[in-house]
Amino acid sequence: MKARGRFMLVIMLVIAAALSFVSYQGIGEGKTLSAGNIKQGLDLSGGVYIVYEADKEDVTAEEMQAAVSLIQGRMDWNGWTEAEVAQEGTNRIRVDIPGVENAEEAIREIGQTAQLSFVDETGKVLLTGDMVADATKQVGAVKQGGNAEPYVALKFNDEGKQLFAEATAANIGKPIYIVMDGEVISAPMVQTAITDGQASITGNFTGESAEELASLIRAGSLPFNLNVIQMKNVGARLGADALATGVKAGAIGLALVLIFMLVVYKVLGFAADLALIIYVGLELILLNAFNITLTLPGIAGIILSVGMAVDANVVIFERLKEELVQGKTLRVAIKNGFSRALPAILDGNVTTLIAAVVLFFLGSGTVKGFATTLIMGIIISMFTALVVTRIIVNGLMQGGCSNPKYYGMRSK
Amino acid sequence: MKIIENRKKFFAASLIVIIIGFAAMIFNAQAGRGAFQYDVEFTGGTSFDLDMGQEYEQEDLQKIITEVTGQDSPQIQQIIGTTEVTVKIQSIDSTTREALTNAILEAYPNAVMGEVNDVSGTVSREMQTAAIKATIIAAVAMLLYISLRFHDFRAGGSAIIALIHDVLIVLTAYAVFRIPVNNTFLVVLLTILGYSINATIVIFDRIRENKSAFHANQTAEKINKSISQTLARSINTSLTTFFTVGAIYVLGVPALKEFALPMMIGILAGAYSSVCISGSVWYVLLPKNEK
Repeated sequence: MKARGRFMLVIMLVIAAALSFVSYQGIGEGKTLSAGNIKQGLDLSGGVYIVYEADKEDVTAEEMQAAVSLIQGRMDWNGWTEAEVAQEGTNRIRVDIPGVENAEEAIREIGQTAQLSFVDETGKVLLTGDMVADATKQVGAVKQGGNAEPYVALKFNDEGKQLFAEATAANIGKPIYIVMDGEVISAPMVQTAITDGQASITGNFTGESAEELASLIRAGSLPFNLNVIQMKNVGARLGADALATGVKAGAIGLALVLIFMLVVYKVLGFAADLALIIYVGLELILLNAFNITLTLPGIAGIILSVGMAVDANVVIFERLKEELVQGKTLRVAIKNGFSRALPAILDGNVTTLIAAVVLFFLGSGTVKGFATTLIMGIIISMFTALVVTRIIVNGLMQGGCSNPKYYGMRSK
Repeated sequence: MKIIENRKKFFAASLIVIIIGFAAMIFNAQAGRGAFQYDVEFTGGTSFDLDMGQEYEQEDLQKIITEVTGQDSPQIQQIIGTTEVTVKIQSIDSTTREALTNAILEAYPNAVMGEVNDVSGTVSREMQTAAIKATIIAAVAMLLYISLRFHDFRAGGSAIIALIHDVLIVLTAYAVFRIPVNNTFLVVLLTILGYSINATIVIFDRIRENKSAFHANQTAEKINKSISQTLARSINTSLTTFFTVGAIYVLGVPALKEFALPMMIGILAGAYSSVCISGSVWYVLLPKNEK
C-alpha cells in the first residue's frame, strides 16, 4: 500500500515535470509543442485584420470561393505567406495578415481585383484579363527541344480569340507584354498570328508560382467589388508588449495561487499545486496540438480556467476538512470530500461551459478565441481537479502522510 | 450567519450601487458623452492610437484632423501622464486614413501610429445584437439547466436574479470608471456570469444537500447554515481568482487593464451576490408555507 502510494506520487511528479519541460522547451530541434510555438493572434504578433463584404446581393458560394482564392493568391504573390483568408457568413471574407505594418498598403493590394492585360510595344492595351475564359498550370517544353517546365496556359473567350488573332497578326516579330497589376510578367515574341484562342505565359515559374498565377488570372474577373467593413491594425511592438505582460501576469498570478494554496491547504495544497502544474502544461500543449490561435482574450480564458481548476479543489478540500472535523477517518474524509463535492463542481462547470459555448457560436474573432481556450480549460481542469488531484491525495495518504493535521484538521 | 434576517440591508446596498450606476449613465448621456465610453466596435467609426512623442496642443491636432477628414468634432482623448492620444472619428476610407497619417507625421515628426481600428455601421450594429443575444441565450440556457438540476424554478430564478444583479454592478463599473465598451465587454460579462453562477451553485448545492437535516419550516436556518458552510470556499476561490486577474491589472498593457478592472469588480460582485443575494432571493420567492 505504502509503496503503491509513493509510486503513484512519483508518476505524477514525473508527468508534471515532463509536461512542464515539453511546454517550455518543446521536443527536438523544431521545439515541437513548446509554448513559444503556439500560433499567435494579431493582437499579440501585430499585423492587419480586414473584413470585406461583397457589394452585391445574392452572391453564390462559387463566387465567394473564387474571391477567397483570389485574395489568398494575392497574399502569396505579395510574400505574405502566413496570411489567413477565410469566408465569414455568406458574403464576407476575413483576412488576417500577421506582421504587416502598413494596413493601407495591404488594403490596396487586396482591394484591387487582379488586372491582367496584353500590351503592345507602344503601350496600347490589346486585350484584358476578363477575356480569358480559363487559365491553367501546365508542364511541358516551352521551347523546341527544351526541358519540361511549368507555364500558364490561357484560353480566350470568343471576343478574346478574335482580338488576340488580330493583335498577334499586327505584331509579328515584336513582343507582346503580359502585364499583371502594372508588372510585366512575360514578354513573348510573336512568331505567327495565333487564331485558335490559345496562349501561354512562360517565364521562370515553379510549379507553385505557375499555379498561383493561373488562379489569380482565373479569379481576375470577379463579378463583384469587395468593400472594407472592418479593419484593425496592431503595431508589432504593441503586440509584443501585450504578449510579454500577459505572460508575465499569468506567471505571477499562477505563482500567487500556488503559494496561497500551499499556505492555506498544506499537504492538500501541494496536491492541488501539482495538479495545477499538470493542468497548465496540458493546456499549453493541447493549444499547440490543436493549432489554436492564441489571442489576448485567449490568455484571459486560460487564466480564468485556472481559477475554475483551483475552485474545484477548494470546494473538495473544504468538504474534506469538514468531514475530518466531524470525526471521520482520513480515508473516509478523502472519499467523501471528493464524492460530495462532485455535484457542485459538475453543475458549476457545466453552467460556465454553457456560457462559453454560447460565446463560441455567437461571438466573432477575439470573443471566439476567449471561448475556445475557456472551453478547453474547463474540460481539462475538470479532469485535473477531479482525477489528478485525487490520485495525488490518495498517493500522499497511502504513501505515509497520514496525520489528519496535515490535511487541515485543527486540534483543539 | 444571519444572511436571511439581514436580506433587506443587502438588497438596499446593491440597489444603491446600481442606482449610482444608472445616475452615472444618465449624467454622462446628458453631458453628451454617451452613457458608456463606447469604442468604435460598438458605434462604428474609425479610431486610432497615436503617440505624439512630444508636447502638443490638442487644438492643433484637431485642426489637422478636421482639415483632412472634413469632420468638425473628432474625439481626442489624452492618456494622462503620457503623450499618447486616442482619436475617434466617423469612419473614413483607406485613402483618407493614409492622408491623415501623413499630415500628422508631417506636423509631428516624432509621432508614432499605434493601433488603428475601423468599423462600419453594419458591423457595429451586428456586434450590439450579438452581445445582447449571447447574454440572453446564455442566461436562459443556464436558467433551464439549474432549474432542471435543482427541480425548482425558483432556484433557477433566484440564481438568474443574482446574475442580473452582477451584470448591473459591472455595468455600473463601466459607466462610473468610463471603461471602454468594446469586444472584451461581452467577454467580461459572460465570464462574470459563469463565475457567479458557479458560486451560487456551490451554495444551492449545499442547500439541496441540507434539506433532510432541517424541518420544512426552518428554511431560513437551512439557507444560513449552507452559506456559512460554504463561506471558506467562497472567500478562497474569489481570492485566488482575484490574484490572477489582479496580476493582469497591475502588469498589463492598457488593453489588458480594460479587461481586468471590470473583471475584478465583477468577481467581487459575484462573490457578494452568491453569498448575500441569491439565497435571500430564493427565500423571498418561496411560498409562505415553505419558509
